[in-house]
This record gives sequence, C-alpha cells and structure tokens, in this order.
Amino acid sequence: MKFTLSWLKDHLDTSASLDQIVEALTRVGLEVESVEDPAKVLAPYITAKVISAEQHPNADRLRVCMVDTGDGKPIQVVCGAPNARAGMMSVFSPPGTFIPGKNITITVGVVRGVESAGMLCSAFELGLSEDHEGIIDLPADALIGVRYVDYAGVDDPVIDVAITPNRSDALGVYGIARDLAAAGLGSLKRHDLTAIKGKGACPVDVKLNFASDQKHFAPAFALRLVRGIKNGPSPEWMQRRLKAIGLRPINTLVDITNYITFDRGRPLHVFDAEKVKGNLVVRHAKDGDEILALDGMTYKPDPSVVVICDDNGIESIAGIMGGEHSGCDENTTDVLIESALWDPLNIARSGRALGINTDARYRFERGVDPAFCVPGLDLATKMVLDLCGGEASEALVAGEIPAPEKIITFPWSEVKRLTGLSLLVPEMKAILTELGFWVSGTYKEVKVAVPSWRPDVEDKADLVEEIMRIAGLDQVEAVPFPREVAEVPKPVLTLIQKRTRLAKRALATRGLVEAVTWSFISKAEAVIFGGGKLELALANPIAADLSDMRPSLLPGLIKAAGRNADRGFGDAALFEVGQVFAGAEPNGQTISAAAIRRGLAASKGLGRHWQGHNSIDLFEAKADALALLEALGVPTAGLQIAQGGPSWFHPGRSGTLQFSPKMVVGSFGEIHPRILEALDVKGPIVAIEITLDALPPPKARPTKMKPKLVLSDFQPVSRDFAFIVDKTVPAADILKAAQAAERTLISDITVFDLYEGTGVSVGKISVAIAVTLQPTDKTLTDVEIDAVSSRIIAEVQKKTGATLRA
Amino acid sequence: MTDLSALETNLTKAIATASDEAALEAVRVAALGKAGSISALLKTLGAMTPDERKEKGPLINGLRDRVSEALTTKRDALKSAALDQRLASERVDVTLPLPQSPAARGRIHPISQVIDELTTIFAEMGFSVVEGPDIETDFYNFTALNFPVGHPAREMHDTFFFNPNEKGERKLLRTHTSPVQIHTMMSVKPPIRVIIPGRTYRCDSDQTHTPMFHQVEGLVIDKGSHLGHLKWILAEFCKSFFEVDDVKMRFRPSFFPFTEPSVEVDIQCSRKGGEIRFGEGEDWLEILGCGMVHPNVIRNCGLDPDEYQGFAWGMGIDRIAMLKYGMPDLRPFFEADMRWLSHYGFRPLDLPTLAGSLSV
Repeated sequence: MKFTLSWLKDHLDTSASLDQIVEALTRVGLEVESVEDPAKVLAPYITAKVISAEQHPNADRLRVCMVDTGDGKPIQVVCGAPNARAGMMSVFSPPGTFIPGKNITITVGVVRGVESAGMLCSAFELGLSEDHEGIIDLPADALIGVRYVDYAGVDDPVIDVAITPNRSDALGVYGIARDLAAAGLGSLKRHDLTAIKGKGACPVDVKLNFASDQKHFAPAFALRLVRGIKNGPSPEWMQRRLKAIGLRPINTLVDITNYITFDRGRPLHVFDAEKVKGNLVVRHAKDGDEILALDGMTYKPDPSVVVICDDNGIESIAGIMGGEHSGCDENTTDVLIESALWDPLNIARSGRALGINTDARYRFERGVDPAFCVPGLDLATKMVLDLCGGEASEALVAGEIPAPEKIITFPWSEVKRLTGLSLLVPEMKAILTELGFWVSGTYKEVKVAVPSWRPDVEDKADLVEEIMRIAGLDQVEAVPFPREVAEVPKPVLTLIQKRTRLAKRALATRGLVEAVTWSFISKAEAVIFGGGKLELALANPIAADLSDMRPSLLPGLIKAAGRNADRGFGDAALFEVGQVFAGAEPNGQTISAAAIRRGLAASKGLGRHWQGHNSIDLFEAKADALALLEALGVPTAGLQIAQGGPSWFHPGRSGTLQFSPKMVVGSFGEIHPRILEALDVKGPIVAIEITLDALPPPKARPTKMKPKLVLSDFQPVSRDFAFIVDKTVPAADILKAAQAAERTLISDITVFDLYEGTGVSVGKISVAIAVTLQPTDKTLTDVEIDAVSSRIIAEVQKKTGATLRA
Repeated sequence: MTDLSALETNLTKAIATASDEAALEAVRVAALGKAGSISALLKTLGAMTPDERKEKGPLINGLRDRVSEALTTKRDALKSAALDQRLASERVDVTLPLPQSPAARGRIHPISQVIDELTTIFAEMGFSVVEGPDIETDFYNFTALNFPVGHPAREMHDTFFFNPNEKGERKLLRTHTSPVQIHTMMSVKPPIRVIIPGRTYRCDSDQTHTPMFHQVEGLVIDKGSHLGHLKWILAEFCKSFFEVDDVKMRFRPSFFPFTEPSVEVDIQCSRKGGEIRFGEGEDWLEILGCGMVHPNVIRNCGLDPDEYQGFAWGMGIDRIAMLKYGMPDLRPFFEADMRWLSHYGFRPLDLPTLAGSLSV
C-alpha cells in the first residue's frame, strides 16, 4: 500500500517529521517497506534556460549549449538530445549530481574535444518516467534557477507499507491516518461527508438475483446516475498522487474511483450510462457468459463468480474488474457510479480462478467497511460533481447494508495477562476510542463495541493486540523465564532423537559427508526403491521429478553422487539421516540412515594413492553399517547378517542386517547395475541403509555401573584350522559351528585366510580360522587343547560339510 | 712377564682391528674360550705354588679382566655402528602425503549442526524437543491453527496436497511445524515447553525459496507466560546462537492466524562486504514471527484460553544458518554438491556445547 506524505496529511493533522511518521508506522504494525523521497535525490536539479544551442564541431548528433542557471554565468554543456534548442526551458544538473535514471554521477568532462560542465536532463534520467526521447521541455514562463522538485511539485515522499491480511482498514490512507493519530502523531481530520440528495430516482434499477440463502454473495449494491458531465483528464494534483503510487491516470471518472480506493479503501466502479442497456442484474455467472474486461482480456467466469449484467450481457465482474464495453472514456456524459459489498471469500476464489489481481479485489477479499458503502458513493458523487459537473440522481440501494453489532466483554487485566504491560485504564481506553472502538464502563471489565471497519477484531486477545501495538511493543519489558524447577537441567532428548544425532556424527567420522536431499523423488525412482504408492503421490508436485514421497534415502544420494561425478568429482562418500515414507499415516514415517560410496571413496581415503588405491567394495559398506550400529550402542550380540538384500542391491553382493528374519533393521551391498542404469548414474556404488526406528533399544539397567571386569590369570592359547568347504557355505556358519563346539573356553574366533586354487578343488574354498581359548581356572594341557580342537573340527564338519585342509 | 705383556699387546690389537662382531668373537674365543690363550694361562695357576700364585694370579686375572672389558667395549661400539648403518639404510621420505583422516573428511550438514545448536540452547532453558509427521491433515495444519476457510495458504498453489484417499480425505505436506503445536497441546498436559524442529514444504521455488525447507517452532503453554517472557527468551536465544554479547531486536506488531497478539522480530545488524554482523550497524533483518497462542487455537486443543495461555514462535533453520554462517544462497543446501558440503559443513566432532562453545 503506497501513499504520499501530503496525501496522508489530508487526513492527519500533524507536525511530525517524515522520519517520525515512518518510525511510528512500523511501530504500530504497518511495516514500512520503503520510503522514496524525491526531494532528496532530485534536490540538486535546477530549472535552466538554454541560451544557445550550436552544432558540436566534431559530432553530428551533439550540440554545444550555453545554459543559464540564474546566476548570470552561462555554463557550457554538450547535449545529445534532439530537442535541445535555443530559448527552451529545461532541467540542469551540475557536476557532482547523481543521475538516478543512469546510476552515474555527472562530472566535468570533455566530450569530443569540447568541455561540458553538467547535463541537461530527460525525465527518464531523473527517474520520473520512461520518457527519454529528449530533455525536459518546460513551459517558457518557468522560473530560472529554482529547484526542479519545488517547481514541479514532485517533492512529495512516497511511503510503501506492508499491510497484514487482517488490516483491511489500513488499505486506505484514511485508515492509516487513524492508526497514526491513535499512536499520538497528530489528530485525525474529520471530513464532512454529508449525504448527497440528488434529483429524481436513479433511472437504472438493480436486481440482486440470489436465493435467500445466497444473499451474502452481494449483500448491498448502491448506484447513482450523474448526468451531463464532462470527462476530461483529472486535475494535476490527483494525477500526481496517482502517478506517485504507481497508477496511470486515465480520465477523471476512472481516476476518482482509483483515488477513493486508495484514499478510503473503498473500491468503486463507473459505467458509461449510455452504454448500459436496461436495468442491472447481479447474479452468478452462467455457462457461456463471456466478458471483455478493462484489461483487454476476455474472461469466461465460472458459475460461482458473481457478475453484473444488463440487457447486453455481462458488463462487470463483481468486485474484481469492469467490462470494456460500458467503460467510461472522454465521450462519457452520463455516468453510473457503483458502490457495492461482496462476499470476501467468493471474491478471493473468483479472482484466483480468473487470474485477475486488482486493487478492488485486493480490498474486497480482505473485507471493506460495510458502513462506508453509501458514504463512499456520496464521496465519489461529490468529486464527480466538483470535477466533471453534471447533475446527480438519488442513490439507489439494492439489498441491505449489514450492520453486525460486535461487542466484546473485556477485562482490562487481559492486557497485562497476555503482554505483561502495565497500563492505566484511561490510557487503554483512549487507545481504543481513538481507533474507533466504543467503550462502555470504566471499571475492571468493560464492554467494547467493534467499529464496522474492523472485521478482524473478534476476541479479547484482538483488543489486547490493539492496545499493545498502539502503546508500543517496546513498552513490553523482557522478563526472565527461568526453568520450571531450579535444578541442573535433565536430558531432554528421546532415544530416537539421540540416535538420529549420533548417527550423523558416527557416519561423518567415517569420512562420509552429510547431504540433505528432497523428501520427494520421481515416481519411477520411488517405484524402484519399493515405494510409489498412490497415497504418497503428490497431487500438485512442483516438478515431475519431485512427485512422490521417498521410500528410501538411497535414490536421492545415488543421484547426488551422479551429479557430483558429472562435475568431475566421482569419488563421492555421502550420507543422509532423515525421514522416509512407507505410508501416509504418521506411523508410515520413519527415520532412516543411509550412506553411499562411489569411485575411489573408501573410508581410509579418497582417490588413487601411493599406499594403494582407495577402491571400494561391499565390505566398505558393511563396515559403515557396523560402525553405525556400534556407535549407536545397539546390542549387536544377536545381529545376524543374511546373504542378499532388497531388489535394488546386487543379488550376490548384498546382505541384510537383522535380529531375526522378522526383525530386519537394514541392508548393505553394491547397488544393482540395472538400478544404476535406470537412475543414469555410473557405478559401482556401495550403500547401506538402516532404519533407526527399527533398532532395539539398549538394555535397561538399574544403575550406570559397568559389568565387573573379569581378568584371567592364565595365558590364552590360539589354534588355527583351515577348512575346505563348498563356496556356498557362509563363513558365518563355520564360525557359528566352531563357537558352538566349546561355549566357555573360546573367547575369540577370526577368519584370517581364504584360499582358492591349486590344492583346493573347483567350487570349494579354504577358510582358515584362528580360535583363541581363554582358560579361567588353570592352564590348559595339550590333551585338553587337542580335545577342544577335535570338537571344533567335528562340529564344523557336521554343520557345514567341511573337511580339514591337509 | 714379557709373554704376558706381548699377549696383551697382541690381543688389544686384535680387538681394535676386529671389523665386525664375528671377528671380535673369534678374538674372544682365541683368548677366553676353552682353549684360549688367557684360559690356558688361568689353568696354569692351579699347578703353581702359593707364592707363585700370589705373584702370577693378579697379573693373569688382571689381563683377563682388561681383555674382557676391551671386548665388551668393542662389542658395544660395533653393535652401535651396525645399528647406525642399518638405520641409515632405513631412511624413508617423510614428505610423502597421507590421505586426510576420515574424521577430517567427513562433514555434518549446516542444518544438522544448527539444529544441534538450537537444541543445546533450548534444552538448557528447559525445553524438550518434539517432532511430528511431515504428512499432515488439513485439521492439524490449518483448521486447528485458526486458518479461516478460504485462506490462500489452503490452495493448491501454496500447499502440496496428496490425492484424496477412499475416505475423501486429502492429506498434505505440512507448510509449517505448527501442527506439532496442536499434537502437543492435545496430548500433553500443560505446562508445556517444547521446541519443534522439522522439514516443511510449500509450492515455492525461486532464488530464495525451495519447495522444502526447515523450521523450528517454540511453544510455551502454562498459566502465566506472556510476551515479556517471550521477549527475554528470544533475546537470550539470539545472543547465545549468534555468539555475541548483545543483540538489539525490534518487535513489530504483525499478523498470523494462530497467534494474537502477533509479532515479527527484526535484529539489528551491519552488512559490510557481504558479511553480516549482529549487535552493530543500522540495518534490520527479519528473523522470526511469534505471538501469544490464539485463544481459538488453545480452545481447539481442548484447553480453556481463560485458564491457559502461552506463546509460540517460528523461524527458518536454513535462514538462521545462512545468517550465522554466511551461505549466500538457499538452493545449494539441498543439492548435495560435495564441494559446498565440504566447505560449509562441520567436522564430525564439532559438537555444540554451552560448556565449551556452540561453534568452533
């Protein structure tokens, strides 16, 4: 919402400076977005007379002008404007002047060998208009040597305020003045708005064609005819204000409607009465309705849009935009002025549906003051009569002006309760009264009647806000907010919150870099990774590749690795910890931790290296997965690693992390080449994904004591065994069998060698394990060790079909 | 006695000229071995008369001791020289570069880091952290938060919707973290002090907007908390978060459907050469919106707004991350460019604490 300072002063009697006004506007909640003070920028520009304009000796298109700026010392200026001529009055900028239109500062210079000490300016160069056809051509009787801003009256500062959607009353300069007056910046001028009687009934009748339960679509419609007017350009002062706020003056009638829209927040419409055929009917649009609107576009309003019709058809889209056919131009002699009320919701919906944004729609959809419907018509009539002459008819009001009585029972203590502000009752009462509220009673609890222009005020809290914003939020003192109980703060994070945090740190310590990728991915990607359910597909995605909620973090990470590779950074080690979606219900959302490695992005280093290239394989991913589980304190004793994983992994190079086949917590492995191809990313890529919500909680213990450390006094002994087994036998089975052979003595088993080739038949593999035996009560004898060894060999043979390698 | 001194001279010479431990050992055996020259002399002592022994004994023993010591000294010297020689041959080029350690390469995304920072500060103030689902219903995202019917935020051009399910219910992606206020008020008996970080979504994509972003919400509900407390919390938070001694804030009346009164907060800063500094300067930067929880919202959660009151605030996590750490653009936050992440990300052990410091 833009307005000028002089415009504001039409309604506010104030001695406050521009800076004080700007500060107060923001303070009361009308946030100032910008202030343009042309007087500041244009101060150096002065009116000047071109005494002579000679051809430049070295340039066909340039002239050398002598310019009189009033001090009797003509200044030489080189000018390229085609209209520069001797005797003309124009605008001069001396050296050192900033030229807003060109964003330069003028200096004394030499142009093609001729000195030039300043510039004759176009309106474009002053930032006043788009006109750069030539220098400003002032009337011959203009004074020489005066500030151009004073001469042209363009010294009126323009203030732009952001109006929050609840404050429709501040969409007129008058409403803004009301707030400032309440804030103590002056007094609100009372305007005498006597009703205009008019002569004779309005000859055009208005019918509001709505069923009894639909009357809210057009509660009231006031109309008046003014006959015998002359519709020329509007007066200079009005044009100047309209231009200052960015509106294009058109003709007096149209300018009056625009002016009152901004002056009072009261949109109006004018019809050329000669072009209106028959009476006006206000109704919902019908199929086949079509209107060429004032913006030159043709619209086909849907049946919920309210339109104003005559015998010709639709003449106007209610509250949004008038029609071209019955619009007013310089030939208009009889005008119908409309001031109506519309349903805010329907105006908003209709405006969106039609794609039309106008100042009228903007105000109607926020709610205009119903009580000003008829006074607004009178104000417009008065301006038409004053500026265009003519004779007005009586006003016709179809429908009924709603006058809801909103009364709020208000204990003054609410202000302190909600804001902490201690204000005196007279102060609070004065604020409400200045804002137009009517306060009855003075004691602890009062009745407050809400003025018709404040549809937003409904509750006690709204009144608190009114008092608070006018009294000033800076009056609210900061009050310390101690913890509820005076004690050392207790930990607040839940297990999943702690694990989410820790998972990120744990993965990062493995050289992985955290990414945050979109929660939505393409349908195709979602389907590949087990998602793509209808309930997780957006109805209005912002792009086709961001259409479905992700079932997994992997597609986002894999694509990211691809993009990094495309930029020349193929060694990508990325992870994300974030939400994935299995369904639209809240329990369908879980936290997942995923990581990928591509190229030479091993945990020990990146790229090729003299110590050995950092190539990756699925064990790199497995190590990531196990490191994560360990860091999270997941009890891993019962963790099983099953061969194979979800379909997006290489079937032979992937594993499933589970505590039982029904309690799967994640998977790891090499991404399936077909999947990579579908995602258009070159591999190989290894990955892990673990569902943090699925991980078992740490064992609950009554105290923080660690289990007692039991150390043996006896040396451990180690024995190696090499088993030849079928290649399909998992190493885990051999370890499990060996462990099962001796429950108490075995403290550790590792696989220390794998061998295939000479000496081992095809399809078989030699798996060498080292078993550590830790006696607890006496040193083991050779006989005892041999007995354990035999049991291990027998058990492994029995469970896996292995033979001991000779 | 000439024999003895001649022997000593010979042995001393042999020890001195022994070039390695093997040669020295040969000298030792020749002198002190079973059949060694000194051993032979020692054996003669047994057959001597006491007087003879008294005279010859110390001489022979003395010779033995001196030769033994010379042997030991020479052996140590040879050992040391051999070690020096070995070490000299073991020289490696210590300038060969090593890969950066995993912990030096790994990075935490600025969003995670800032959430950890926020959590640290607010946990100290007695706030818990609650979260809620990204996929919400119209009720939690709008209705319960006092958004009127027909509010523009409820339109397809602002909010992501899912297709209606069989019940005709049309779910949506939450446009703010505020629905979690409702979940919390409906499930927890006041007093309530929580912060609510999370992902939020709006149909918006340009230089400064992304369709997905992060917000943190704060909510306090009890029987006496008012705007004065909120002002204190926000000022303390800003000082702590931006790690400055003082920060000047401007509170402006504003409007949000779910708070009344509503307030927007700006912080004072200076902008020089693309750097923002807080606690100084002339510029105001909008940082968050807040207000007293609207009585309708309290009522919608089954509480009596005349008995319970409180405030809420919300701010962009991505935005305050940008303000604090100086990322110029929002879009790269979600592009997973390793160069950006390595540059703007945090080291794995950069854990924010209030005992140490929030950032390194």
